[in-house]
Amino acid sequence: MAALSRPFRHLGRRWLDYRLGKRRERQSLDYRRIFILPSPGGLLFSAMILAIWLGGVNYSNSMALLLCFLLVGIGISAMIHTFRNLSGLELRAGVPDAVYAGTEVRFPLQCVEHHGRRRYGLEILYPGKPRPIPFDAQADTDTVMAIPVAASRRGRLHLAEFELRTRFPGGLFVAWSWIRLDTTVLVYPAPESGEVPPPLDASGGDSGNVRSHHGEEDFHGLRPYQPGDSLRQVAWRTLARGQELQTKQFAGYGRRSVWLDWSAMPELPPEARLCRLTRWILDAEAERRPYGLRIPGQAIAPDLGPDQQTRCLTALALFPGGAGVQEPDHVP
Amino acid sequence: MSRNAVTELLPHRTLILLLVSLAAVLAPHALRLPAWVTAAFLLCALWRYLVARRGLRLPPRSLRLLATLLAIAGIYLSYDTLLGLDAGVAILSAMLGLKLLELRRRRDTVVALYLGYFLVVTQLLYHQSLLMLLYMLLLVWAMTMLLITVTRPTAAAGPLQHGRLAGSMLIQALPVMFLLFLLFPRIPGPLWGMPQSDHTGVTGLSDSMTMGSISELTQSADVAFRVEFHGDVPSTPELYWRGPVLSGYDGTTWRQPDETAAFTPSLEGLATALDYTVALEPHNERWLFALDLPVRINTRAHLNSEYALRSTEPVRERVRYRVSSILRYRLHADLPATQARSYTYLPDHHHPKSVELAREWRRESNDIGDFVGLALAYFRERPFTYTLNPPAADTDPVDEFLFDTRRGFCEHFASAFAVLMRAGNVPARVVTGYQGGEINPNGGYMIVRQSDAHAWVEVHVENEGWIRIDPTAWVAPERIESGLDGAIGETERLPALARRDGGWMHRMALRWDAVNANWDRWVLAYGPQMQQRLMDRLGVEGTGRMIGLLAMSLILITGAITALVIWRGRPRPRDPEVIAWDRFCARLARAGVRRQPHEGPRDFADRAARQRPDLANGIHQVAARYIAVRYGRTRHRPQAVQALRRAIADFRG
Repeated sequence: MAALSRPFRHLGRRWLDYRLGKRRERQSLDYRRIFILPSPGGLLFSAMILAIWLGGVNYSNSMALLLCFLLVGIGISAMIHTFRNLSGLELRAGVPDAVYAGTEVRFPLQCVEHHGRRRYGLEILYPGKPRPIPFDAQADTDTVMAIPVAASRRGRLHLAEFELRTRFPGGLFVAWSWIRLDTTVLVYPAPESGEVPPPLDASGGDSGNVRSHHGEEDFHGLRPYQPGDSLRQVAWRTLARGQELQTKQFAGYGRRSVWLDWSAMPELPPEARLCRLTRWILDAEAERRPYGLRIPGQAIAPDLGPDQQTRCLTALALFPGGAGVQEPDHVP
Repeated sequence: MSRNAVTELLPHRTLILLLVSLAAVLAPHALRLPAWVTAAFLLCALWRYLVARRGLRLPPRSLRLLATLLAIAGIYLSYDTLLGLDAGVAILSAMLGLKLLELRRRRDTVVALYLGYFLVVTQLLYHQSLLMLLYMLLLVWAMTMLLITVTRPTAAAGPLQHGRLAGSMLIQALPVMFLLFLLFPRIPGPLWGMPQSDHTGVTGLSDSMTMGSISELTQSADVAFRVEFHGDVPSTPELYWRGPVLSGYDGTTWRQPDETAAFTPSLEGLATALDYTVALEPHNERWLFALDLPVRINTRAHLNSEYALRSTEPVRERVRYRVSSILRYRLHADLPATQARSYTYLPDHHHPKSVELAREWRRESNDIGDFVGLALAYFRERPFTYTLNPPAADTDPVDEFLFDTRRGFCEHFASAFAVLMRAGNVPARVVTGYQGGEINPNGGYMIVRQSDAHAWVEVHVENEGWIRIDPTAWVAPERIESGLDGAIGETERLPALARRDGGWMHRMALRWDAVNANWDRWVLAYGPQMQQRLMDRLGVEGTGRMIGLLAMSLILITGAITALVIWRGRPRPRDPEVIAWDRFCARLARAGVRRQPHEGPRDFADRAARQRPDLANGIHQVAARYIAVRYGRTRHRPQAVQALRRAIADFRG
């Protein structure tokens, strides 16, 4: 049975692919994308109507038949309204910020309503989640919500194809559509926890990219404050002048830079090495010590700051072997 | 937390509306249900309310099971059966009550509402008035609204939030209902046997008559039947609607003869036939009513040996039949002497004074005509009073009526007269039925009410046959000329509708009756036969074609409703500045900065400018213009939108 159903499932899949189209960054629910069937409650409702009809016929009672047919009409009307509750809705995906493996990523989702009517009782069924996420879509503004998804492996995490369904109004019918939105998030390796050995300072004096060795910290400029910046570097003087909170940046970097090297820990398996490198990057940033990254096939020259951190963590996240890394690049 | 403690799934107000609606569904049933079922339902509803209000607990499963079994046993004891409509309704009501104690999940509430829909329909099996239908439609609306509210996975603002939606669904359901009602194939019932007990409590004549039985009936203004004449309407004194003919007498009660002597007496018509259609309300007996005397009828019926019209089935629902009657006739002129004897039977030792009086008259008179004349003269000349409230008889009702009280209603006059006739050896019998009727000017049809119930006498004269004699007419001719209302005193108690001069109340009632009559005629009476006639008229042959027509029109109507619903919700044009801003965002997305759903224009512009310092100027300019148009108070809106568009066009330019 299962063997037989596989080709059919494959066919069904292909039909769906044809019908739903490619992944895009926004998706409008037109009639070709909406499916509708009676719900279990609707089947019970039909059974009740049948029983009423039998009673009406048995007692030759026109009034009972009239009400029986009215309930049929209500059922048909419910079907139309259930379909309408999805029809014309547009969904757009946002790009979430990168996260570390083992945490949760919240994919932002925007429901754009072009018809000026509220959609009640929508539900998102995300694969692997036991409970649907219920929400209402507002009439006059875009509704923004988030699908929380566990980021278990490093790499590129795609927003999976999920089901958007509704049983409103009345729960007699269920209308649904498969939503395929093209959005991905980078998942950095989880930083190794606990005590880790410091990176070997194997570079020696070779630190060509660093500007100066004066031992003095030269003021270089100001940038907006970011959480995690040391309070000693906050530009209190500008704050006192009523400007926004800023952090002083220094050129010259009084300390010596460090190379974070893949080959420095031959005893660890590859994924564990990536975790340790991640930890080292975060530690170096915290210590404000310039760092470079060397992994097989790639080397990033020493530097410091959010851009450097992003660059290095991205390299680690996309290191071969991670989730979704082998696939061709989807990022627009 | 215990399993029976409830984390409330229904908001308080929704729960109250649910309980009230279901109680309203049960209310009309309560008149018939055993009192304990109603009480148990209310108790369950109260309990459920207190669960939500005061944190009471729901009964454990074992207790609910026990209650279910007890309820079923109790219903069996009350009705001696679990089958049939009455017991079925009782079971449904009890189940609904117990279901209330189970309202824990969404599905339980849905099942309770479905049970409610079902109970609404069962009420219509009992009572089919237009008002009841309107009440039931109101309940269906309320329950549909509740169904929408409780099945919605997100919280509603209140139980009435979806009232409008439920209303529009109901209205959209009407065309479908109408189509199905007309075209869905009607199958003649019943599909299974109906116990006799299903139809009780209907008013009407019975198959026997004692003193007081008809005057009791005249207290009711219920419609007995309605008549449409297909020609001239006979004058009121001719309107004798023949019902059960009572020829058996035991000294107090007149009864129908048994049906074994099945033959139809001979009839010779002396006038042309009169055509009319009767719409008879159900009375649960087998007789049909027709003007004296019916000769043709288009329903399954026969005439018995007393020339009374009998249906083959008890009249359990409204029936319509077309009859022809001949108002002047000679009935059973050839009555054999052996049979005539049974119509002169009087039990021994009853009414001695009356019997003596009649024998004296008989000796004085030359023929039957003289004898009848003497009897009628007695009624006319003695101080008889026609009243709805005759004094109760102590020992011998006929003797006391004829000699002492002399106050009576039509059954007293008919009964006493028939006794006098029989005592004089003249064959006589009592005929019950209705006399008169009121033309409703709003529909051109005649209403005959229970208050028009009447009794009169037929005596048999050789070679002339049975002759109708109405002693009441001799005492109170107004009764026959203008109805009961004119014949009795102003102070006597009579339903307002039975009075013909009732003023505007009466006129309104007549108008309402016309609406009801049309409802009965076109909706309630619509069954297999009427459907067949409609199909013949439409030229649709056979059930297959009818189903085809139904399917086609259903598809059309559903399509029309869908188009209407979707069309009404067609996309609203977006504001021009939003379209322009969207274009700008798309352009930035191609440049590598995608706007996040949650980002407002200012945040997005700041971020984009940071990420693309080379474009910062243009970005800020566009964003500022957009914010000004969208959120600011701009006096020259079209110009401002135009400026925004230009800024976007110049962007990167």
